[in-house]
Amino acid sequence: MVEKNLMDIPKEKFRFAPKRDFHHDEKFDSKPVGYLQGAFRRFCKNKGAVVGGVVIAVLMLFAIIAPFCTAYTPAYYDEVYASVRPKCALFERLNFWDGCRKKKEVGYISYLRDYALGAETGRAVIKDAEVKTSADGRLFTYRYDTYRGVGFGKYRAISLAEYQDIQRFQDETGRQVLYPIVRKRDRPTLVQDQDDANIYYKWQIVDGKTQPALDENGQIAVNYWRYAEDSAPVGTFAEYTSEVRVAGDGEMGTDGKRYFYVYGRLLNDGAVVEVRTDYYEYYTYKHVQVLKDGIGEPQFLFGTTGGGKDIFACLSHGARFSFIFALLVAGVNFIVGVIYGSIAGYFGGKTDLFMQRFSEILGAVPTMIVITLLKYHMGSSSHALILFIAFFATGWIGMAGTTRMQFYRFKKQEYILAARTLGAGNARIMFKHIFPNGLGTIVTACALVIPTMIYLETNLSYLGIVNLEAGNVTSVGTLIAAGQRDVLYAPYSAFFPCLFLVLLMLSFNLFGNGLRDAFNPSLRGSEE
Amino acid sequence: MYMFKYVMKRIGLLILTFGIIFVMSFVLIKLLPIHVNIGADQDPLIAYKRLEGYGWIRNIQKQPNGSYTFERVPILAQLWIYLKRIFLHGNFGYATTYGEYINQPVWGVFVEKLPPTILINLYATLFGVPIGLGLGILAALKKNRWQDQVINIFIILLISLPLIVLGLLIQYFLCFKLNWFPLIMNRGTDYFTWQTFRSMIPAVLALSLGSIARYARYTRAELSEVLTSEFMLLARTKGLTKRQATLRHAMRNSMVVIVPSILSEFIAVLSGSLIIESMFSIPGVGGLYLNSITFQDYDFFMLLSAFYTLVGLTAGIVIDVSYGFIDPRIRMGAK
Repeated sequence: MVEKNLMDIPKEKFRFAPKRDFHHDEKFDSKPVGYLQGAFRRFCKNKGAVVGGVVIAVLMLFAIIAPFCTAYTPAYYDEVYASVRPKCALFERLNFWDGCRKKKEVGYISYLRDYALGAETGRAVIKDAEVKTSADGRLFTYRYDTYRGVGFGKYRAISLAEYQDIQRFQDETGRQVLYPIVRKRDRPTLVQDQDDANIYYKWQIVDGKTQPALDENGQIAVNYWRYAEDSAPVGTFAEYTSEVRVAGDGEMGTDGKRYFYVYGRLLNDGAVVEVRTDYYEYYTYKHVQVLKDGIGEPQFLFGTTGGGKDIFACLSHGARFSFIFALLVAGVNFIVGVIYGSIAGYFGGKTDLFMQRFSEILGAVPTMIVITLLKYHMGSSSHALILFIAFFATGWIGMAGTTRMQFYRFKKQEYILAARTLGAGNARIMFKHIFPNGLGTIVTACALVIPTMIYLETNLSYLGIVNLEAGNVTSVGTLIAAGQRDVLYAPYSAFFPCLFLVLLMLSFNLFGNGLRDAFNPSLRGSEE
Repeated sequence: MYMFKYVMKRIGLLILTFGIIFVMSFVLIKLLPIHVNIGADQDPLIAYKRLEGYGWIRNIQKQPNGSYTFERVPILAQLWIYLKRIFLHGNFGYATTYGEYINQPVWGVFVEKLPPTILINLYATLFGVPIGLGLGILAALKKNRWQDQVINIFIILLISLPLIVLGLLIQYFLCFKLNWFPLIMNRGTDYFTWQTFRSMIPAVLALSLGSIARYARYTRAELSEVLTSEFMLLARTKGLTKRQATLRHAMRNSMVVIVPSILSEFIAVLSGSLIIESMFSIPGVGGLYLNSITFQDYDFFMLLSAFYTLVGLTAGIVIDVSYGFIDPRIRMGAK
């Protein structure tokens, strides 16, 4: 290319240069670029590395901030709300992230059960009442709200005091928690359905299954326990004084009497009340009124696991643990590795040979074996401690190797000789003259170990070799293992932990490569 | 002769390292309390006598209250008994707590579990090497063109994708959504039927995709460096076509780095497939190892630890030694 340009210059442009145009030993106009400065500049040129760095920062922010953003903790679980879909209040109007799942029901009656649930409570169990019916009218497809779909669950036995407290809560907020119950003798006869509080309607048994019995208009007929105002079943029903009542309660009958519904049945001589509670509302009541733990209406940003744990809380706490743990181990490995490696590298000879053999043998022990042996011997102590010791026992060797190489590289250089001539001691030369020069490479090696550690920790907890789930600590690997068990019917539960892990590994790979290239002095000045 | 000396030195070091790790593990294991597994309606004495027969305990005495006391054989004596049994009879001990295999010789169980593990790794290598090399070569020849960019993105994605996630994706999409493969591997010992092979494919895919990316990366890096070297220019000046020059000169030289990495990768995946084996329910060594940890079956643990340590150490020297064999210019361990 250069030759070509030279050819193109027309002859008349050439002329002799005057003598005074030659300058000797002129000062550079440009500023000197330091080692770190140059590394930073090279790093910024690598787009992928910068993106990786930003993603890591975002993930770290997530790990730091997210645990404070949610009232849930990894220790929290609610068996009724197990495997509910991710929901975010902002997206409630859209068909996405709304806590619903697509449901296909064969047959009108099966669909009717979900419909009936919504019809009683006024909650949209079927989202927007949008139902697609197949051509032959057998297949019903709709978006099923997993939060409202749990309905009433079983009949619940609560204390009389709680019964009254719920009524007070109802009057204060105007939300209907208690619903009229069905008389014991009117309940379904099938054993598995006897306690099912979702069946509030007249039922029939078809093909060995309890199904809604429709009235002449094709509508669901309520089957509440009701009594006339003058013949209250005193002693068996719990007084209901709340103003919040379902439609039809206290209506005038055809015989001119007012009829009321029964909301609670007394059991155990009046100490316990059997009620039907809408779980969505009951949950809200329980958390707002009784537990006061900052949880309002149920809303799980990332859904829940099969065990009813909030994935968002688990993931954020797990991520936080992973980061803290990895940084801690990396820090300790760095200190020990640097000291060990600098001694081996600086003194060389017999010392180096002996130290190298020692670290080689230690490094050859598979991490799995170290962890297992530690687990056997320290079975009662925390698994996080076991993991820490195991990662430390095998992790510092890599750091020591890198440091040793750096020391070998610099110790024979002239400036070291100069320092020694001036009377600098071993310690001064090691940490004042050699170490700062190798620092960039050593720190990069240290940073590159972090994703490996998180990855290993995830794998080990996935395999169940270490169980970090204790109190408010959990691990991403444990979450993925739980998600894998439910992957067939709740694929989202593995999605978020997997996404976290993938983003982390990807961004650390990009970031690490960028860092390594930036600190690699052989590349200095070679970029275009 | 020089090479022979070097190899012998490395093997000697390997044996030394292995011996130290082995003895260390043995001592640490023997420091643990002994689990005496007594069956529901079994005379406890039988269980104790069995342990005495293994050479673990001695001096069994029945106490007035019906319980038994025993004295543990010193650990070094146990080690001597253990080693003698291994070298004289090839007997690695018996399962003591691993429910399924109780009182069976652990070596037999281990050998029985070996074929699925080896097969899966073998298939993964057979599948991964040609594709990985092919992609790497293509990327190197088309450097900085769109083919190279696409392959690069593919490589970085696959390398970053954790094995757990990759396995889960394969399981969910290929096995569950598309229903192409069964979710778990077939049981039984007929490893060479189509049914069994089909049930292995998800695990093989999960194992090989990662190695494909690594092979492609090595090949691309190595080949693109060789392609720019001066002897390539010489080859072209001699009149060789680009194809001839690439195949005869560049490929051969880049193989110096690639072949050892394939060898070590093959050995390393033997120990790296724990996750895959547990995820796809492969009845292999990995599952055995995990269960032996759960059951605290010490003889199993010793054998399998020795296996994994040996695999790791061998992978390390194979890569070094094979450099010297493939490229005589490299004199390993030379001062």
